[in-house]
Amino acid sequence: MRANEELTLDGNAVGGLLDEVFGADLTAAVGTCPDCGRRDALATLRAYTYAPGVVLRCPGCDGVQLVIVRTPRGLRHQLRSVIERR
Amino acid sequence: MNTLQWQIATITKITPETAKVKSFTLSLPGWIKHRAGQHYDLRLTAPDGYRAQRSYSIASAPERTGEIDLTIERVEDGEVSTFLHQVVVPGDRVEVRGPIGGYFVWDATTSGGPVLLVAGGSGVVPMMSMLRHRAAVGAKVPVRLLYSSRTYDDVIYREELASLATGGVEIFHTLTRSQPAGWTGYARRIDDTMLAEVSRPFGASALTFICGPTPLVESAATSLERASLRADRIKTERFGPTGT
Repeated sequence: MRANEELTLDGNAVGGLLDEVFGADLTAAVGTCPDCGRRDALATLRAYTYAPGVVLRCPGCDGVQLVIVRTPRGLRHQLRSVIERR
Repeated sequence: MNTLQWQIATITKITPETAKVKSFTLSLPGWIKHRAGQHYDLRLTAPDGYRAQRSYSIASAPERTGEIDLTIERVEDGEVSTFLHQVVVPGDRVEVRGPIGGYFVWDATTSGGPVLLVAGGSGVVPMMSMLRHRAAVGAKVPVRLLYSSRTYDDVIYREELASLATGGVEIFHTLTRSQPAGWTGYARRIDDTMLAEVSRPFGASALTFICGPTPLVESAATSLERASLRADRIKTERFGPTGT
């Protein structure tokens, strides 16, 4: 766990990618985890960027909130959390 | 020009900061004023089309026009940071986009204060943009920086930090591995006692920024919340050693 944890970035690092997908800087937008209900800025989510794609997970329960994959046909994303833009 | 558009920046200057850290001055044809704490995405493209991309915090003040400084630590086996440290020379060009980020940002004229900054290693880089910004606009908001480094020689911006520690800015160093003779700062990892000592004069309402390796960020944030700092006033930025 430790080694993996130390490879972790957070939502701040993928602000540009979030902007590409959603058309706005969403790092300060608040997301609610569908699994544990934690509410906080997307910047606080753990970002795993070394997979083929980016996975954002809840730092509270490790639940997947958002997956973004760049494919030859463009960006694909799956969103599980509820996002409130501010 | 918008912040998502990739542009070709020219590296005009490379400044060694420590044995493993260098600052790169990038001249930007499409310069956009940033907010202190924001970053740029930087990408390298190999002749075969393979691309590697990283995000690096801006170290310079937003008030400096036309160019930015990125301070980058060389990471073991890091394909981007190693290239930047060992191959790039002034005059070379790299692809960047930014500025990016709307969360870990501070504006000296509107964000209020006081401000508590907690940094580990190269996590001090966005804090440096904040301190340079504060100085550039002549803000009076009180700022305390608690900065953890391994050794004296690993302290990034050591001399400039010392010169910035005036007029309401106080800087507290801790050296976790070894300390020079006569060292009067802290000499251990950041812990509850240290955070309580540094944050106490600011009370529970301090706007707090924490940036560094994940374990440091999480323990410092948890510790400050236990010390009743308001969680919604604590902003964090984590980086893994193989990434940024």
